[in-house]
Amino acid sequence: MNLREQTKMQSPAEFDSDSKGPLASIQLLSGEPRRKLDARFRGLCVTIAAVSVLVLIGLLGSILLQGVPSLSLTLLTGGPEPDPSEAGIRPAIFGTLWVCSLCALFTLPIGVATAILLEEYQPRNRYGRFIYSVIQLNISNLAGVPSVVYGLLGLTAFVSMFGLFGSRTSQGGGLEIGVRYYDQFFSEGMRSILVPVSDPSQPVNKLVNGMQGFDSRGNQVAINVIPIGTPLPTGDELRYTLYEDGEAGRITKKAWYHFSLPLGRGVLTGALTLMLVILPVIIISSQEALRAVPSSLRDGALGLGSTPWQVVWHVTLPSAMPGILTGAILAMSRAIGETAPILIIAGIVYISRAPQNLMDDFTVMPLQIFNWISRPQEEFHAIAAAGIILLLAILLSFNALAVLIRQKLHKPLS
Amino acid sequence: MSSADSLATPTWRGDLDDRVSKYLGRSQRSLKLVRGRETVIYVILIASGLFSLLITGAIIYVLAIETVSFFKSDEVTFANFFGSTTWNPLLGGTKSFGIWALICGTMLVTAIAMSIALPLGLITAIYLSEYAPRRVRNVLKPVLEVLAGVPTVVYGFFALMTITPILQWLHGGFSVYNAASAGIAVGILCLPTVCSLAEDALQAVPRGLREGAYGLGATRFDVSVKVVVPAALSGIISAFLLAIARAVGETMIVALAAGSLAQATFDPRQQVQTMTGFMVQMASGDVSNYGTEYYSMYAVAFTLFIMTLALTMVGNIVRRRFREAYE
Repeated sequence: MNLREQTKMQSPAEFDSDSKGPLASIQLLSGEPRRKLDARFRGLCVTIAAVSVLVLIGLLGSILLQGVPSLSLTLLTGGPEPDPSEAGIRPAIFGTLWVCSLCALFTLPIGVATAILLEEYQPRNRYGRFIYSVIQLNISNLAGVPSVVYGLLGLTAFVSMFGLFGSRTSQGGGLEIGVRYYDQFFSEGMRSILVPVSDPSQPVNKLVNGMQGFDSRGNQVAINVIPIGTPLPTGDELRYTLYEDGEAGRITKKAWYHFSLPLGRGVLTGALTLMLVILPVIIISSQEALRAVPSSLRDGALGLGSTPWQVVWHVTLPSAMPGILTGAILAMSRAIGETAPILIIAGIVYISRAPQNLMDDFTVMPLQIFNWISRPQEEFHAIAAAGIILLLAILLSFNALAVLIRQKLHKPLS
Repeated sequence: MSSADSLATPTWRGDLDDRVSKYLGRSQRSLKLVRGRETVIYVILIASGLFSLLITGAIIYVLAIETVSFFKSDEVTFANFFGSTTWNPLLGGTKSFGIWALICGTMLVTAIAMSIALPLGLITAIYLSEYAPRRVRNVLKPVLEVLAGVPTVVYGFFALMTITPILQWLHGGFSVYNAASAGIAVGILCLPTVCSLAEDALQAVPRGLREGAYGLGATRFDVSVKVVVPAALSGIISAFLLAIARAVGETMIVALAAGSLAQATFDPRQQVQTMTGFMVQMASGDVSNYGTEYYSMYAVAFTLFIMTLALTMVGNIVRRRFREAYE
């Protein structure tokens, strides 16, 4: 007979009336209400846990339902065409690729270096300790700053660079390398002729007979300018012949190493802004990975006569590498999904091709998806859902990679 | 001791270096090189550590100077900014920059989100930490991780395309853009944050406290609610504050689902505009780079930054200062 049945048989009242001993003042309470409460709370917990699973299923289910019919090869290969049936996300995929790889390139060294400083190099005196605690508090505060604020920082600090280098317009301005300006004429033989421009702030070149230009194949040619009303020459010469009132348009040719200050709304600005967003995340996760390395390993290396950096480079970092990599991959998946800062610095623009250089305009996948969702047409919403499926697939494979690294490379150290 | 000192004056250390280098058959230069490298690396590490301070400084500097240029404009007065509830920065009619309209929208969305995320997150955390068998944990943890990893623009889509129609089906009064659906989506977004931070706090409570309570005949509910939760209270409050900060700063969901009409209302069926929503509206439209409305974006961002910074700072300090030390 267990305790519960006993308490059921004899109610607390009977105990009280029967007992006469020195312990008469002790009231015996049944445990039943407390056990019922416990069971009810457990039921509540299970319900709520089930709700969060259901929410995830609902989220993924509704997106799959709306997106799967629009999944097609066009989505992968097309640009953001105004016709929903031809619209695709290719330029945005390349934009994400560029921005996020650059961002990882900048963030990882700085983030891991900060983590090493805070975890492996103990402060030497009181001031050092103070500075360390300020840096540590600052990093946890930076992790809580809304990403949209980083976007505004990027807008002033990178896009216009506080106006220090003047403003960049289509006529040039600011400092730039790797770009050439041309005036483009169309000859009477309907060939394009490019005339190099030395000073882009000057207005379009006036036509002069014998002026040097380049044809579409890159050969240097002399331009033959004739007065209005003169009969056109025949044969090859026609290709390089213009009337003197010929009009030109200013075009630019940018090399792959094109660089300019201020940075403008280019890929580099996007990467730097995202760096600000995910730097605290990477620092905190790297710190945790370094903290997990047992100190006996460090002591052993120090005892063998290693310098502090030798300890870090040959002992601590290799042991912490799986943890650091896992954190970095999760931070990158956050960078891939980050929309608000990119929207602030790049705006919503029509981008039809992959970025060609660091200064090129760009868009990223979540921004393109946002653009489609905010259109009124239903068809675009379906494409947005298809784009979300693509984005989630990429992010989930990143997460899976992180889990894999954690399991494969992680071996107990202590 | 720096390498320069030890080489210039033959102290005992310089002498030792000599003997060591002779013994190893290496030149003095290689030792000098090692010390030099250590110094250079240390300087690089310190520089990258100070970089994070530089970011904070840059945020404050940028927001401050642009906010100052906002208040310098003739169209703006302090009394209007802090005293009015009409936010009408764009063309048409009289311009008015009453920040309370945006703060009110932000508060409404945050309140709806927190009424979902805080209780559900805390109860899920208690369940994971105190009740859940291993099998359930192995399902629930990845589910929460996936929920936390979903980009916010996806939640925005979910709010607009799924939550809003459901709300409209339940009650006819909801407009297409409304505070409730945005708030619910933000709540779902914040749930994993609350849950994982609160669970960390609960896990940090030592086993001895639980075992003592069980030994006295407590049920799991007694142990969780009367022992573990009070012991982890500072961590839980910190988790709540960080989640509120996250909800206040959440951008894409409210930009998509909450609407773009700034009004001071507490009706969740109406459309509202939050501070972040206004910034997105400015960035996605084509507004010139120099007008008052452009600078108003920075003034709003400064307000937002101060609010979230205060919340995270208090959250972090609560977690550190008021943590009950058990060891």
